[in-house]
Amino acid sequence: MPAFLLEIGLEEIPASMIFAAQTELAQRVEKLLTRERLGTDILRLTSYSTPRRLAVLAEGLLPKQPDMEEEIVGPSTKVAYRDGVPTSAAMAFAKKSGVDVSALKTIQNAKGEYVSATVHRRGRTAAEVLTSSLPAEIGGIYWPKNMYWRAGKPERFVRPVRWLLALLDEEILPLEFAGVIADRFSYGHRVLHGDKPVVIRAPHEYAEKLDSAYVQVDPEARKHRIRKALDAATRQVPGARWRENEELVDTVTNLTEWPTVVLGNFEQEYLTLPDEILVTVMRDHQKYFALEDAEEKLLPNFLAVLNLEVDDAGAATIRHGNERVLRARFNDARFFWDVDQKIPLVDRVEMLKSVTFQKDLGSYWNKTQRNRAVARRIIDRCDPPLFDSEVKFETFCGGVDQAALLAKTDLTTEMVKEFTELQGVVGGLYARAQRLPDGVARAIYDHYKPASQTDTIPGLPAGSVVALADKISTIVDMFAIGLQPTGSKDPFALRRAGNGVVRILAEDARLNDRLHLSYVCFAAMQNTKAMEDAELRGSIYDFLLDRFEFYLRETRKINSQVARAIRKAGTTGSDYEVGCQLIGYGKIAGFATALHDQVGSPNVLAVAELLKRTANILRQAREKRIAFSGNESEDLFREPAERELSRKVTEVNEAIQHSYRQGNYNDVIAAIAGLQPPLNAFFDSVMVMVEDESLRDNRLALLSRTESVVRWAADFSELASI
Amino acid sequence: MASNNLDDRKAPLTFQELLFQLQQFWASRGCILQQAYDVEVGAGTMSPETFLRVLGPKPFRVAYAQPSRRPADGRYGQNPNRLFKHTQLQVILKPPPENIQALYLESLQAIGIDLRQHDVKFEEDNWESPTLGAWGIGWQVMLDGLEITQFTYFQQCGGIDLDPIAGEITYGLERIAAFLQDVDSIYDIVWAREPESGEEVTYGEVRFAEEVQFSVYNFEKADVEKLWQHFKLYEEECQALLAEARALPEGADVEARSRLPLLAAFDLCLKCSHLFNLLDARGAISVTERVGVIARIRALAVGVAKAYGAQQMQAAVA
Repeated sequence: MPAFLLEIGLEEIPASMIFAAQTELAQRVEKLLTRERLGTDILRLTSYSTPRRLAVLAEGLLPKQPDMEEEIVGPSTKVAYRDGVPTSAAMAFAKKSGVDVSALKTIQNAKGEYVSATVHRRGRTAAEVLTSSLPAEIGGIYWPKNMYWRAGKPERFVRPVRWLLALLDEEILPLEFAGVIADRFSYGHRVLHGDKPVVIRAPHEYAEKLDSAYVQVDPEARKHRIRKALDAATRQVPGARWRENEELVDTVTNLTEWPTVVLGNFEQEYLTLPDEILVTVMRDHQKYFALEDAEEKLLPNFLAVLNLEVDDAGAATIRHGNERVLRARFNDARFFWDVDQKIPLVDRVEMLKSVTFQKDLGSYWNKTQRNRAVARRIIDRCDPPLFDSEVKFETFCGGVDQAALLAKTDLTTEMVKEFTELQGVVGGLYARAQRLPDGVARAIYDHYKPASQTDTIPGLPAGSVVALADKISTIVDMFAIGLQPTGSKDPFALRRAGNGVVRILAEDARLNDRLHLSYVCFAAMQNTKAMEDAELRGSIYDFLLDRFEFYLRETRKINSQVARAIRKAGTTGSDYEVGCQLIGYGKIAGFATALHDQVGSPNVLAVAELLKRTANILRQAREKRIAFSGNESEDLFREPAERELSRKVTEVNEAIQHSYRQGNYNDVIAAIAGLQPPLNAFFDSVMVMVEDESLRDNRLALLSRTESVVRWAADFSELASI
Repeated sequence: MASNNLDDRKAPLTFQELLFQLQQFWASRGCILQQAYDVEVGAGTMSPETFLRVLGPKPFRVAYAQPSRRPADGRYGQNPNRLFKHTQLQVILKPPPENIQALYLESLQAIGIDLRQHDVKFEEDNWESPTLGAWGIGWQVMLDGLEITQFTYFQQCGGIDLDPIAGEITYGLERIAAFLQDVDSIYDIVWAREPESGEEVTYGEVRFAEEVQFSVYNFEKADVEKLWQHFKLYEEECQALLAEARALPEGADVEARSRLPLLAAFDLCLKCSHLFNLLDARGAISVTERVGVIARIRALAVGVAKAYGAQQMQAAVA
């Protein structure tokens, strides 16, 4: 069976975009082969990438599409025949389809009776299909940022395309994209191989041929080679290990075609700078790996990954160059540190007046005042209060206020202007250096946390409160001026802020039973126009519940139906305007995990089916505008099953509430599952939509109470038929 | 200097030799050599040799060394790596040839960088200037961990989509010279070497006083009130010229359009840009003003670009 190889040669692709594009290209080729009926059971795709190329190798495809019989529908029989004789319309259709008019058949479809022709289609060769279809597939690859390069601007792509290689076995497929026509030539490492083409005779030679031209095309192999080289270079320093960083390994993998590693050193004296700054300079700015000892203490060494293989003299030159750059960078950092200390953080609060937060929301000074107020309201909303002792409480409030006051002041420092990613961290480090209370320093340090899904939440409650106040007020204020995220656009990173809010509420052990999302939200909405605008409040709360659902799915790895069921639960405050007995997000996440573990079980499925039926009846009743409110009345029960369900619902409600608050989530689920027999009996023996309106409304009220008792914990109707 | 692996018989290039070599290299690749533009600019891109010449359909190749003034970056000569005024060697290739990256790498060899002994990487770095309504896609070129060049495929300039686009290569000459000479401070760079005696003149000797005095002026002495007045005067004059250009009927003859002093209008726009940078360094621009002032300069730049584009089009047709 033939094999197919495609390589797109480019000028350096941004490192962060390579893996996604590599995967997409392979998927596009696979889908194309399947769609065009060229795939087989043993079709196998292998994809490759380097900074200068994307490639895919497909093995086990058909040399040509199988021939095919196809039915083509023509005119209706009314048009095609008059008195049983074919009309000119029928003639024309037969001619167009390449069949004799006598071979036309009659078919019946949704629109009526039509004539049709069976056409024998000869399969096209794989070469024809690939040559004609691939340009569109290449052009369809998604890039976060594109460019034009040719005159007349015929196409946009991530970077200019410089060559194409396309082979079906030994045959060149002369496909054309961006003015380049494919051939059998690839290109090796710019320096180590030079600009002479690498001739590829057949697809399977690809990786090997390029390997001899100093290009390792398989990124996994390159990654492995980098790790090995990092290990080997680290062994030159006794007792050292390199600081693991998967993301950085990926980045350097995508910056090199033929990676090697050199070990460099820097002067011991720079180790007096904080680790955070040293590592940021090395990792983010220079893409170096830091070395540490067994106690994770930084060592005065680093590892640089090169895109070159050099002799010892070359390695010495390159090491020297890299050391020189790092020294200058560290010098800058030390200079910034010293200069910044001349104005303590407390004196920088006023300077925030000239740093814009957002043009309609004012400066960071305004933002700071807002954060302080919201932080205080969040503390006051904690139920039960964070501290029994008034002294401790006041100390805590004072610390939070000071942290909120100083949290943004590092934006005025030279250090943060240079290393923006260290905002917060620098403030925390400076606060400590300026002998502010440790709790304040830590709260400032932590207040941007969690910055990503893998980042930790603030280490202390004071940090969590400042972080919550900062994030929630940003969300509320941006929504209020119409700057909510839309589609893929989220310029103010509000989704990240929302993720942070729900994660702190779910994971901060001191806060998660005292604070509810709705309280935090209210703390930020108070005294804003959100208080007069129910729609705005709803959209903010919906947005936050979306983030919580996302958190359950992505961070807690909870089944998406369960995540949805929990999002719609009463506990989350999903019915924000109504309000009901709320519960801390830590417990909600705990319950979600328990439900996730049982979601496919027969008990849960059975009761979920019944609750879905319940929900459907209620929905239909509402659609008919039937009003049934309040609790059911015993006097209107006619069947034993009604009385039994009513009794059981009350019992289950107490059990759910009690067990949930105790953290016995399996008991909550068991209690809900216990509704199965009485609900079954109810549906077996009771007709809901009866003539007698009082009986009907009483039954609807009973079902409604059943539904809401369960939905307080989770919307079980979402869990039917998993 | 062994660490530079340059030819052992020669000392590394002096600052001025570095400039000669690069100019020689690009001249031999068909570039016009221009002198630095004689109006203060923050970057080589702002010179009309780039900003205006990239507009319109006409192919163009130029190279020039542009002293680039960034008042806020001044450090009174005390920081070994930062300057108020640094020198960019700016190369514009419009349209960019297919082998533009290879040409660039050759230019590195021309200044004594042996690519087999140095690690070169092209790392994503896109360029954008909201003040000029300009942006492009490209890389920062890293040499043994040091950023030595900004390489950009210009996509838009003065708010106008470019066709053809232009390739822009901007070398940071001080950085490269310090690297080649292996000195830790820019001020220690050898600027020139007397051929007979071998006596050296350093960058510090040539430029230190300028860094000190302009830092004093930019940060302490510049008269804010007067800077604002200058700004307004230049802006008004530029706007007046642009109004004249707009008033010219579309069917006006080539002669009339080609006489429109748009190059002068652009100088006035550059003056405003530099005055803005000075005011900024003086801390005289409040948050609320800032965005507005940038928008005013942008309006001038976009206005000039638009009128200049029309002028070029008409000239090309005629």
